[in-house]
Amino acid sequence: MADVMLLDFWASPFGQRCRIALAEKGVAYEYSEQNLEQKSELLLRSNPVHKKIPVLLHGGRPVCESLIILTYIDEAWPEMMPLLPRDPYARAQARFWANYIDNKIVDCQTRLLTTKGEAQEQAKKDMIGALKTLDSELGDKDYFGGQAFGFVDVAFVTLTPWFYTYEKYGDFSVEEHCPRIVAWAARCRERESVAKALTDPEKVYEIVQEEYGAN
Amino acid sequence: MAGGGEEEAKLLGTWASPFVLRAQLALSFKGVSFENVNEDLCNKSDLLLRSNPVHKAVPVLIHNGRPVCESLVILQYVDETFGGPPLLPADPYERAIARFWAAFIMDKLVAPWQKVFTTKTEEEKAEWMEQTLAAVDVLEGGLKECSKGGSFFGGDNVGYVDVVLGGAVPWIYGTEALCGTRLFDTSRVPLLAAWLERFGALDVAKAVMADVPTRLVELAKMKRAEAAAGAAASLPFDC
Repeated sequence: MADVMLLDFWASPFGQRCRIALAEKGVAYEYSEQNLEQKSELLLRSNPVHKKIPVLLHGGRPVCESLIILTYIDEAWPEMMPLLPRDPYARAQARFWANYIDNKIVDCQTRLLTTKGEAQEQAKKDMIGALKTLDSELGDKDYFGGQAFGFVDVAFVTLTPWFYTYEKYGDFSVEEHCPRIVAWAARCRERESVAKALTDPEKVYEIVQEEYGAN
Repeated sequence: MAGGGEEEAKLLGTWASPFVLRAQLALSFKGVSFENVNEDLCNKSDLLLRSNPVHKAVPVLIHNGRPVCESLVILQYVDETFGGPPLLPADPYERAIARFWAAFIMDKLVAPWQKVFTTKTEEEKAEWMEQTLAAVDVLEGGLKECSKGGSFFGGDNVGYVDVVLGGAVPWIYGTEALCGTRLFDTSRVPLLAAWLERFGALDVAKAVMADVPTRLVELAKMKRAEAAAGAAASLPFDC
């Protein structure tokens, strides 16, 4: 087994976060595509509690949960391209916003794509509200942490290919409500690590329709 | 990081919240002096709304005039800012394991556990309690893994996960009083049952928790009486 291995699924935005971080840090690793319908022994052994990808294996030891993996990658390879800032207060802000993305955006996404009628209307309102909150937090900065691409950017950018799907299901325009987020996403996509990791938005829409049924 | 925090630290909170309590525990274990500011969640202060405009929730730590929100974020901030014994270990892999169990406690234990008190039907309550107990069983394995023969998740000393779970200690007693279920029953989860006793016996824990366990048990008995009389269930720190 390679010293660093990533158990992942090609379309997972959570797995993609890990790929971006490893690439930014210049860490060589073995990518292992997992079959989520028939989970491998290795996956089940490495993440017995949740049985989910992504899992990072470093020297055979598993790290689970994408934001925990991001933090681990940052701490295990500290010399190159720090993802979290040094200052404890700035770190607290970064963690706060990464949690916001994982809790709020992901929850709105699930409801937007899997409910109908009033519930979906509410999900749409909540999603727009959440995206606007992030747009406002980003403000006029190049990246969430300021001038450098970092933790929150990695956490959020892998969800940006899903905007097209949110728009189709919710019948709204992300750019209309959050022009700065859209510009930021384009800026991030100029980085090779990001461009290589992201799924094509049309492909995301296809997968979602297969998974949840057509809108 | 030593010497970083002589300036004023204020914690906005409520007496019964396990999230607030874990922040109080963290500050106390680190030896930080701080002021508790009690919030009425039915009438939120300007300070709270200004400090946590996104969630409008407690706990909020205000240090050097700047707000830090979310209990796990506060814990890590406190650990990184103030001197005193470290809550998280130094090794990145061990830190990842500690964070994993903290996240597990939040997502898989506390989340269904709260629902036991907020859902209406007995059936739903029973389902959520089952999920809570299933998470407790898994957590027993986590304690075994983390403690490495020591008394705490942090090994020989209190660590991050102990503080995260520590906030819920009064609620363990409250749950027994309200629902009759002993979450950390010694026959099912002997390590966690022993942890509960050891953690509760620590001077810092006793000082911070003070009379919260007793008050929660009293409140639980009152709620049980109200429920019997037909009132809806609610958490004591809801509005």
